Amino acid sequence: MIDKKLFDMPASTDMAWCPGCGNFPILNIVKTALAELDITPNETVICSGIGQAAKTPHYLRVNYFNGLHGRALSPATAIKLANPKLTVIAESGDGDTYGEGGNHFMHTIRRNPDITNIVHDNMIYGLTKGQASPTSEKGLKTPVQVNGVVLEQFNPLAVALSLGATFVARAFAGDIVQTKEIIKAAIRHKGYALVDVFQPCVVFNKQNTYQWFKANSYYLDEAHDKTEKMKALEIAFDTSRLALGVLYQEENRPTYESLIREGDKPLYRAMLNKQKLQNLITSYR
Amino acid sequence: MKRFSGDISLVLGGAAGQGIQTVEAQLVAVLKREGYNVFACKEYMSRIRGGSNSTEIRITQKKKAAYVERIDLLFALDKDVIPHLSSRISSHTVILGEKEKISKDKATHIVDIPFTRFATELGNPIFTSTVAVGVALGILQADEKVFEEYLREHFTRKGEEIVQKNIEAAQKGYAFGKHLAYSEGIEVNITKSELTSEELLLSGDAALGLGVLAAGCNYISSYPMSPGTGLLTFLAENGKDFGIVVDQAEDEIAAINQGIGAWYAGARAIITTSGGGFDLMTEGVSLSGMIETPIVVHIGQRPGPATGLPTRTEQADLNLVLYAGHGEFPRAIFAPGTPEEAFKTAQQAFLMADKYQIPVFILTDQYFLDSVRSVPREKLEFLKIENFITETEENYRRYASAKDGISPRGIPGYGKGLVGVDSDEHDEEAHITECKEVRIHMHEKRMKKMEGLRDDALMPTEIGLTKEADTIVVSWGSNYSVVSEALQIIGKEDVAGLHFHQVFPLPEKGKKLFARKKIIVLENNHGGQFSALLTSQYGVKVGGTILKYDGDPFSVEETVKKIKALL
Repeated sequence: MIDKKLFDMPASTDMAWCPGCGNFPILNIVKTALAELDITPNETVICSGIGQAAKTPHYLRVNYFNGLHGRALSPATAIKLANPKLTVIAESGDGDTYGEGGNHFMHTIRRNPDITNIVHDNMIYGLTKGQASPTSEKGLKTPVQVNGVVLEQFNPLAVALSLGATFVARAFAGDIVQTKEIIKAAIRHKGYALVDVFQPCVVFNKQNTYQWFKANSYYLDEAHDKTEKMKALEIAFDTSRLALGVLYQEENRPTYESLIREGDKPLYRAMLNKQKLQNLITSYR
Repeated sequence: MKRFSGDISLVLGGAAGQGIQTVEAQLVAVLKREGYNVFACKEYMSRIRGGSNSTEIRITQKKKAAYVERIDLLFALDKDVIPHLSSRISSHTVILGEKEKISKDKATHIVDIPFTRFATELGNPIFTSTVAVGVALGILQADEKVFEEYLREHFTRKGEEIVQKNIEAAQKGYAFGKHLAYSEGIEVNITKSELTSEELLLSGDAALGLGVLAAGCNYISSYPMSPGTGLLTFLAENGKDFGIVVDQAEDEIAAINQGIGAWYAGARAIITTSGGGFDLMTEGVSLSGMIETPIVVHIGQRPGPATGLPTRTEQADLNLVLYAGHGEFPRAIFAPGTPEEAFKTAQQAFLMADKYQIPVFILTDQYFLDSVRSVPREKLEFLKIENFITETEENYRRYASAKDGISPRGIPGYGKGLVGVDSDEHDEEAHITECKEVRIHMHEKRMKKMEGLRDDALMPTEIGLTKEADTIVVSWGSNYSVVSEALQIIGKEDVAGLHFHQVFPLPEKGKKLFARKKIIVLENNHGGQFSALLTSQYGVKVGGTILKYDGDPFSVEETVKKIKALL
């Protein structure tokens, strides 16, 4: 285990999160998980999109790619392909990942790159000041959805499972100990790992609070068989009681990088084979 | 008696799926191997089967590489060909084909080639295209042996029986063609050259692909869109040999965001698309500008707006590429006009992207990508692959101040430092800032790179004696060859040409070439986009434009006529 302090930013760092925000415990959990897994800041890249959760990489010492809204998964996949030796985490909010980035969410799952996707899910748009997100509950009133949300709630776990995700989990920012274990398992997993973390927005979502989530969730027990996809789907579809823990894990599925490239030599060390190029040119004679 | 000397235009017409492309590929390969200069270009409909398509093959003594309207020999494979190409058929055109299948009109003289009878004799209609190539070679009095040699190489892996059948088909066709030339009084006089037989046969697509390989590209993520797909296919075919990661993206947004992510991690990536796909990528272009992470994008243009004419040609996306992406940031745009220019500018594009950490574009079009010509191998110029990646120190700052605006670019996992990039305005360490002083500093740092980029800009290619000329005809991208052939035909020493294969930024030194000249700009669009750019960048007055936007390339004939009208 390495020293978690290696990930700390200077104490003077100005943080743009509201007091009491669920993003703080997740930040702490990610640092602890990396330290406990012996992964150094240098070997880690965090990709994010736009939103409050997407500011995470500015608050810990790692390599980071804070790109565009909804696009964290595309550079994350590319970075893993360019250098499979790096530990790559895509970390953003529910609006970023499931709304703006919906198409990339779907197709990254189908590719199965060895990356960890941590989604801060507060069921609301925070940075744009309180509009509905794909995971907002039906009926939730907002300044735009003035009569309440009428769209069906997006079910990230069920969607991920049906697209063939090899690791699907849900966690709760209010529980540091268990969430840390789930995120560690996700990082250790060889393949795409989704961790949807419920993270209360204390300013804009007065409905899905710490108390609400505690009252409406439960942990999967030891008896839960993570390898049974149909069971996992059943659990994912049960929205009356929200299951926490690893719903599903499929080990040994080849990763995208192992299927479309050879070895794990970083591309920045690749050299053009000039003889092969000359031969190829000759073939046009 | 029909006599053709030094320059013959042979056109193959038929429906998609009838094998025109096979005939073209074989004919062009065999003729080049024999030592003829060849140029082939095609036009086709946006459908998989049926319709009416055509391919033009020019066989010439001197190098010619532009489309002509004139048809000397027309091979018509079905009844739609003659109506489809009627405006190009003249009394001098020799029409060949299976008489009863292609026209009921008694007035049209058709030289009968009984393809059905040949197919029956050979036992399979699959050999028809080999017969057709044989007939063409027979008419041209080409060397039969070269074709047999080609067929042997081409079909060996399919077994000796297939080789023999094809050779038989070739011989039948050749004998028939030779006889036709005699009976119809067709005489072809084109001198061959051994040097040409050693040359490369390159399409714009292949030349671009080879250039991209020479640039050390090792990553492509793209969503298929005509005519940009050829580069994706080329790199996929050669991916294993050259260690290229090939990803077919779910959409163009993913493609460019992947490409930028790959460069961030030390790869050398290209994205290929057409105008419509590029529309979706513009957010990524802006991202590349902001996070100072290189990206190279190839845009194969086709006529728009929207879906436009998917399989035709145009040069109307210059403004799109010039202004793509919100905010201000430096960029460079290349537009090759010949295979050798495509080979070079592909490398130059990677070099400029890497050196200046900016988005760089290669603008081509359908006509350029699909056209094939013979090119001397020594014309392919290799640029040195320079390494601009720095090994980071402990306190590395990605956006450290730099006089020329270029902060040394580190990548994650190489060195002791950490590498952050941020789409927000950021400080030297890539952390979000709203401090005005930092904003001004960073914005000026990025824009500063424009100066070096301008110094590195490629000079235009001169056609004729530009210094002595009173009139300069300006072209860019695919129109190099048509302008140079037209100027040769016009044959006036006081009319010369300047061809731009880098269209932005324009080199400072290029400006003086226009002093006290009458300027005519020729381009495939309605608005005169490059003409406007020339005026805004050089402050010169354009005296006339020649514009075309019907989906076809400029022909030599109309170019001659239109330039003459402006003189």
